[in-house]
Amino acid sequence: MGVQIEFIKSLPYFTGLDDNVLGIIGKYVFEKKADRGEILSFEGEPSDTLYFVVAGVVKVFKTSADGKEQIFHIIRPGESFNDVPVLSGGVNPFSIEAMGPVVLNGMKKKDLEAVMREHPQVALNVIQVLSVRVQELISLVEDFSFRHVTGRVAKMLLEYADNRISEGRRLTQQEMAGMIGTAREMVGRSLKSLEDEGAIRIERNRIIVTDQRALRETAGVS
Amino acid sequence: MKVMPIIDEEKCQRCGLCVSVCQCGALVLSENRVTVIEVDDCHWCTLCELVCPNGAISCPFEIVIENNQA
Repeated sequence: MGVQIEFIKSLPYFTGLDDNVLGIIGKYVFEKKADRGEILSFEGEPSDTLYFVVAGVVKVFKTSADGKEQIFHIIRPGESFNDVPVLSGGVNPFSIEAMGPVVLNGMKKKDLEAVMREHPQVALNVIQVLSVRVQELISLVEDFSFRHVTGRVAKMLLEYADNRISEGRRLTQQEMAGMIGTAREMVGRSLKSLEDEGAIRIERNRIIVTDQRALRETAGVS
Repeated sequence: MKVMPIIDEEKCQRCGLCVSVCQCGALVLSENRVTVIEVDDCHWCTLCELVCPNGAISCPFEIVIENNQA
């Protein structure tokens, strides 16, 4: 495929730049391909390359000490990863894995810094990208810290397991998230947690309430 | 007939991201259209729904109470 200037132009990092500058940036950008399951960055390790997803999807995740995986973000074409370690010079707070075959455009930290020094518009763009990222993380922190998401998921499951209310309607995780005002990722995490507690069992496309009393307790209802 | 993920043809932009993450081969992009094939290996991982940028794929859950509860 090779590095495409049109693609670079479409990235929030490089918006508002004229073609000459984009041509210079294009010389620093290189292509990288990866297959499904390939780890592109390891949590806790430094990274000196900023990547943009050209095709495919990568997941940003953390693994707990007992091996549970929590997906924080899905990166689709046009979005970037490794921003934090590259811009801060620190280590990567997450691991990144290719969810299928992916094509990436990479740019080394030293080259990005050279471009920012030469073209301040790029630095302003970076501030904007990071501001959006901070807003997303604040929203996630709110979910983690202040709201009892698992309790709300439990309450919703109790309501929907009662056929008189749901009339056999089926729900996606996105719909569940919308109903209780949280992120889809939090619903997935809560369902796993309820399954670990033995309150529910997930069998493919069925969520089976196995312990109503435990679910009621988590939901805080009598 | 096995329940499979549902594609909303009007929302689908044929980007193929769902096909790229599907590990069981249930989703196929052909003739500029994503189609769902009934396969035994679909374990309802819901990754296709998760990665779709247009909300065009649904993997809904049925919620039921186990019968043998007091």
